[in-house]
Amino acid sequence: MQVTINVNGEDRTAEVEARHLLVRFLRDDLGLTGTHWGCDTSNCGTCVVLFDGEPVKSCTVLAAMAAGHEVRTVESLETGDGLDPVQQGFIEQHGLQCGFCTPGMMMSARALLDRNPDPSEQEIREAISGQLCRCTGYLNIVRAVQWAARHPAGTANETETETAGSTP
Amino acid sequence: MTVRSYGFGAIALEAAVQVPATFEYRRASSVEDALALLERFGEEARVIAGGHSLLPMMKLRLARPEFLVDINDLHELDYLRLEGGELLIGALTRHRTLLESELVGRLFPIFHDAERVIADPPVRNRGTIGGSLCQADPAEDLSAVCTAVRAVAVILGPGGRRSVPMQEFYRGPYETAVGAGELLVEIRVPVRPNAGSAYRKVERKTGDWAVAAAGGALSLADDGRIGWAGIGLAAVSTSLAGYRRVEEALVGREPTDELFTEAGRIAAEDCDPLSDLRGTEEYKRHLAGELTHRALTLAAERARAAGGTGGKDA
Ligand SMILES: Cc1cc2nc3c(=O)[nH]c(=O)nc-3n(C[C@H](O)[C@H](O)[C@H](O)COP(=O)(O)OP(=O)(O)OC[C@H]3O[C@@H](n4cnc5c(N)ncnc54)[C@H](O)[C@@H]3O)c2cc1C
Ligand code: FES
Ligand code: FES
Repeated sequence: MQVTINVNGEDRTAEVEARHLLVRFLRDDLGLTGTHWGCDTSNCGTCVVLFDGEPVKSCTVLAAMAAGHEVRTVESLETGDGLDPVQQGFIEQHGLQCGFCTPGMMMSARALLDRNPDPSEQEIREAISGQLCRCTGYLNIVRAVQWAARHPAGTANETETETAGSTP
Repeated sequence: MTVRSYGFGAIALEAAVQVPATFEYRRASSVEDALALLERFGEEARVIAGGHSLLPMMKLRLARPEFLVDINDLHELDYLRLEGGELLIGALTRHRTLLESELVGRLFPIFHDAERVIADPPVRNRGTIGGSLCQADPAEDLSAVCTAVRAVAVILGPGGRRSVPMQEFYRGPYETAVGAGELLVEIRVPVRPNAGSAYRKVERKTGDWAVAAAGGALSLADDGRIGWAGIGLAAVSTSLAGYRRVEEALVGREPTDELFTEAGRIAAEDCDPLSDLRGTEEYKRHLAGELTHRALTLAAERARAAGGTGGKDA
């Protein structure tokens, strides 16, 4: 069957089987390999993309079900104006080590900040609670999102440190 | 390879096969269209809502439908409203919508208690109440919640529309009153005056299925005694309707800590848990009793608060 999905602002069409998963459509058909594919059992969250603006696990959505919808992947974060504050935050706060979980973490963070520009530490932890990171222990990811919230323009102009983990 | 057992080993073996078997996909454009598609394709057709139970089962070949009827475009089934003394919930209402609804939280805090601990935010963005109830997993949280609050399921099919109380809707693990060619369209929850409700769950890690969970709902009569009570437990039995003894022990009595301890003791006796990876039978029985006690204690507090402010709902 033919499906057309609006991916990162552009209509993309491919001929796929009905059983084709959205994560495969993005990676195999469009070559957008920024979205990672891990557990394939809707547990790890590395495949998270935004579906009509909200995070979903793309290993558990059929490409056919996404037809006619808007999907945003990690590739859309960087624009002509530079890196998204979330990306910059991951750099500033050392929010990744191996980087496998990072695309999903960044997309959940982006969706959170779009709805709630000033989230609490607890709200950030809740937002990424469906995603696993085997390297960082999460603390630096939370700090990266806090950094992004404090620097909506994406540039570091202050020297303040993030507060995650400093309260009991 | 076919799965010969539902055991963990079989699932681990099957984990190599992570694409569903082939099927035909149809997107329904209206409720009538969905019913027509289901009728046309018969026994081999399955509805897909959020897909967060069905797709994992299809990947593991635990489900192998030949036709999938996608109901995600049926926005007419995605609603929450108060009508005629009932909260009406459309079958396609997502977990997230339930969790974020002020109306639901005010009338039935038990839904918010449960939704906070069902899966995780991305899963809650897709999964629906209709899919949850129709999946009828014995560890499924909303089935226990809907049983406690005495919800009624509205089913639409070729034979028309019928209403089925939750205790009859759930027929056992993965089995419901919804027949081939039928669609669950609505869940109706009666709103009672001076009522409170709560849900308590123990899980191994954030977003996991329950080791055990208990929901309790009650309303207080003018003299402060319990006028009505409903109980629903998850993950500790293959039946949902087995807690009548608990409910009977509560009605007409003062809502005291001793009474709720006694209610927990009966619940622990009447449940029927299995030892598995999440815990032993003994541990789950203990949880069933303790969580029933905690849920009822909180439900009673909420009922008092509702009565105290002169509100008719809690
Ligand atoms: C990682 C993960 C963790 C989870 N944790 C929990 C948890 O802690 N607690 C919990 O309760 N649940 C949990 N779930 C399940 C989650 O709540 C699912 O969303 C839910 O069980 C199914 O809803 P769905 O809309 O995705 O249904 P689907 O997968 O689309 O459908 C499930 C079944 O219901 C049928 N169906 C769906 N809608 C209808 C309808 N309107 N009429 C007739 N039949 C219908 C389908 O044919 C299918 O048989 C978890 C899921 C995942 C992936
Ligand atoms: S690959 Fe989708 S949740 Fe792990
Ligand atoms: S950085 Fe390695 S899994 Fe998160």
